[in-house]
Amino acid sequence: MKQRLAAPSDVIDLAGVAGMGGIEAGQGVVSIGAGVRHAEVAGSPAVRGVLPALSALAGGIGDRQVRHLGTLGGSVANSDPAADYPAAVVGLGATIETHCRRIAADEYFVDLFETALKPGEIVTRVHFPVPDRAAYRKFAHPASGYAVVGVLVADFGGNIRVGITGAGPCAFRGTAFEQALADDLRPEAVDGVPVPDAGFNSDLFASAEYRAHLVRVMARRAVADLLGR
Amino acid sequence: MAVEITLTVNGVAHALAIPENTLLVDVLREHLGLKGTHVGCDTSQCGACTVHLDGRAVKACSVLACQIDGCEVTTIEGIGSVDALHPMQAAFRDHHALQCGFCTPGMIMSAIDLVRRSAPLDRAGVRQGLAGNLCRCTGYHNIVDAVLAAAPHMTERQGGG
Repeated sequence: MKQRLAAPSDVIDLAGVAGMGGIEAGQGVVSIGAGVRHAEVAGSPAVRGVLPALSALAGGIGDRQVRHLGTLGGSVANSDPAADYPAAVVGLGATIETHCRRIAADEYFVDLFETALKPGEIVTRVHFPVPDRAAYRKFAHPASGYAVVGVLVADFGGNIRVGITGAGPCAFRGTAFEQALADDLRPEAVDGVPVPDAGFNSDLFASAEYRAHLVRVMARRAVADLLGR
Repeated sequence: MAVEITLTVNGVAHALAIPENTLLVDVLREHLGLKGTHVGCDTSQCGACTVHLDGRAVKACSVLACQIDGCEVTTIEGIGSVDALHPMQAAFRDHHALQCGFCTPGMIMSAIDLVRRSAPLDRAGVRQGLAGNLCRCTGYHNIVDAVLAAAPHMTERQGGG
């Protein structure tokens, strides 16, 4: 709204709606209410214990003031191309729960500021499957903290998922990385993976070509983190 | 269309009728005359507009006033006075932690919130914690000194509202 990308006639504040809060960690899933603020996720011992990559991701969103206000639901509903949470939604294969249905991560992000949500549909919770291990690395914009490029790599018993944000119009899976890393889970394994920059974002801060380069660099760093190197 | 809200600002209750798209920072500056909260970037990046909302540091340029009906806000005017500076203000003065001063109100409000939530702090923690406040003058070195110097002198009450 403030960017003048939308001019709705009415705005409804969801902050007071019951049932959109709470963090539940266990049974292989971390479930977080859409109204939970980034600072709560970052500060949650339960999340840190079960899914530390998500804890670190939340603690790296924007800055402290932003984390005091921003919510998980707001982030995933907005589908900002440079937001952090979408990398986790895609990279962990999360399920988006709305007031009327569940949407799989791979079907959720559609385009720039566009999701599979229908008009009036409200995100109520996000369910993140807990991998064996995962790591998120981003090249943060120095002023806003937004991800110029961010990559989350997750290992589910040898099945690798890679979620990429910042590079394209919305978050997407790095399927070529997933295949390469499933064969050879080492940082060096991403070096030979092609990252075509067609359709990538290009702006004042980073060209599409540079973003493609950053995707590989952040993927390599995320794998190194995941392996504890 | 105007909406009616109540806000407690620096301990004083205000009943306001404001256009629905009014930002908190504009309520503070234009409706209440509290010009200490500055507008730098107006896009949630620079932190000059940082205030405490129900005890949490937030950027007032990115809060709709009608979202926070009934809440408590503390601004730079609410933490100390010329005769009785808040320990964080005194430390900024003593350590020459400002030059032009434009970022200082937001920097101080953010630093108070940081100290209150993050003790004990080290230099890296202060720098990371103040990442949402940009200063074009100081290079941050003296700001970090000031925050670390102020921390032991802050009482619970001086953490700000």
